Amino acid sequence: MKRTLSLVLTAVMCVGLLAGCGGSTESAAPESTAPESTAPESVAPESSAPEAVSGIVNTNGSTSMNDVMLALKEGFGEVAPDVTVNYTGSGSGAGIEGVLAGSCDLGLSSRALSDDEKSQGAVENIIALDGVAVVINPENTVTDLTLEQIAQVFTGEITNWSELGGADAPIAVFGRENGSGTRSAFEEIVGVEDACAYTNEYSSTGDVIGNVASNPNAIGYASLSAVDDTVSALMVNGVAPSEDTVKDGSYAIQRPFVVVTVEGAELSDAAKAFLDYAMSAEVADIIAAAGAVSANA
Amino acid sequence: MTENKPQTLKNLAARLLRALGAAVEQIMRAVFLLCGLVAIGFVLVISVYLIISGIPAIREIGLADFLLGTNWDPANKTAPAYGILPMILTSVYGTAGAIVIGVPLGFLMAVFLSKVAPRRAAAVIREVVDLLAGIPSVVYGLVGMMVLVPGIRELFGLPAGDSLLAAVIVLAVMILPSIISVSETALNAVPREYEEASLALGATELETYFRVSAPAAKSGIAAAVVLGVGRAIGEAMAILMVAGNVANMPSLLTSVKFLTTAIAGEMGYAGDLHRQALFSIGLVLFLFIMLINAALNLFLKRNKEGN
Repeated sequence: MKRTLSLVLTAVMCVGLLAGCGGSTESAAPESTAPESTAPESVAPESSAPEAVSGIVNTNGSTSMNDVMLALKEGFGEVAPDVTVNYTGSGSGAGIEGVLAGSCDLGLSSRALSDDEKSQGAVENIIALDGVAVVINPENTVTDLTLEQIAQVFTGEITNWSELGGADAPIAVFGRENGSGTRSAFEEIVGVEDACAYTNEYSSTGDVIGNVASNPNAIGYASLSAVDDTVSALMVNGVAPSEDTVKDGSYAIQRPFVVVTVEGAELSDAAKAFLDYAMSAEVADIIAAAGAVSANA
Repeated sequence: MTENKPQTLKNLAARLLRALGAAVEQIMRAVFLLCGLVAIGFVLVISVYLIISGIPAIREIGLADFLLGTNWDPANKTAPAYGILPMILTSVYGTAGAIVIGVPLGFLMAVFLSKVAPRRAAAVIREVVDLLAGIPSVVYGLVGMMVLVPGIRELFGLPAGDSLLAAVIVLAVMILPSIISVSETALNAVPREYEEASLALGATELETYFRVSAPAAKSGIAAAVVLGVGRAIGEAMAILMVAGNVANMPSLLTSVKFLTTAIAGEMGYAGDLHRQALFSIGLVLFLFIMLINAALNLFLKRNKEGN
């Protein structure tokens, strides 16, 4: 019994492994042939019938965009069931490089493109914006910090709330674990990369919120969509974080989610359909549910 | 001649049955053997897997830098560091602290249950101790996070109460049940004649328990300690919630990261060498626990021989 169970489990795992390995090569092969076969039947892809599109779209890049991409993939599956969207999370840099080298259809980047990358032909299509809120305990009287003050708090230069106009209490700096997308986004935008002196690290957004909510000395950060009323979100440079302030760019701690295409290179119909879908206003809810703010609604 | 025929038939049938029985016996034996081998197979697969996936990172980082490095910063983009000494020390200190608090408490409780308590009270307490053993570790963590951590923060005036101290206290409570029940079994196994002889010579009850019963149950109590060490060093969930999880060099009131919590907390987002280094941490932890198991077996063996 045990043995059969273990055998079955082993078999399942092996199959899973093989499937995982096969995925990329298998999908890469038909990709080259797909555009030719579908081309005759859908001459104008932007016209009314996206159901006619079929093929495979390979996307590669930012791991922070994981949630948004999975949500979009699922949503797109309902609109165009014949298109398979593959997502590989390998980092923004690798995604931009990949699309420039032609190894994937769409690159994914969770930062704006550099001038150097643009000069190589990379084109920025912003599908969403990701805001990171700085949260404190509701008992704390501090309401507004500058980006610089936040940087000083997180690097350990300021260690008492009284230096920021609050009560005389030590600051407990809470952050996420090594490798977290929110952590890298926050540290990158605030300019404290690899320089943070955390009191505690937590492995989920919920943990950060929960611990900030229970500790009057705490300061932490969390994805904007995860902030609830158990904590209060600080104004940054005088701007309160909200969907609107993220969208109009006035809230400082934010970054774009970018789909990267290459100038002059023709997209396959499937890739074009997916990009159009991701850029459309109708996916605003899907993107919001995945924790970001739609850039095109 | 005619009588002989049924006789041979009967013989044949009996022989067939016997052969069949023997075959079934053989088959069942093989099945049992295979079941036994499955357990060995699991251990082998896990060991081999851990060694294969744990070695590359150690090789790349260098054994000395990995085990003795004091800086753990694997996601640093310019100069990643992979030293796990803070975590090794934290795991050792945390476990030692849990033993220092848990063993005396558990041992005294076992003496109480085995020798002092009225039978009915002992039965109730035993039930409660069993219940304590059945509480999931995440619940220990939750209570620690909601009660212990704010308590420590208030008491010591810290920015946050997540600390080695909180982890030690949670671990001490978690290892209590196994220490109590194993030591109690050992104390119960002490022959009554020893104690009666001691009492007859004029020793008080307390003297008898500590000078006669406890030494006689020595190896069983040692086994309880080793069992507690094993449970404490392998625990991840509960201490993930109270230890703060920053890889500082351990001190009682700062946030610390254990070997186990490094794996549990960072596996989700880790990539490349960071991920491989987590496997290497798993290997180190595995070796620790193997050592402890070997020690446990030694104690148990000695215990048997002693009796």
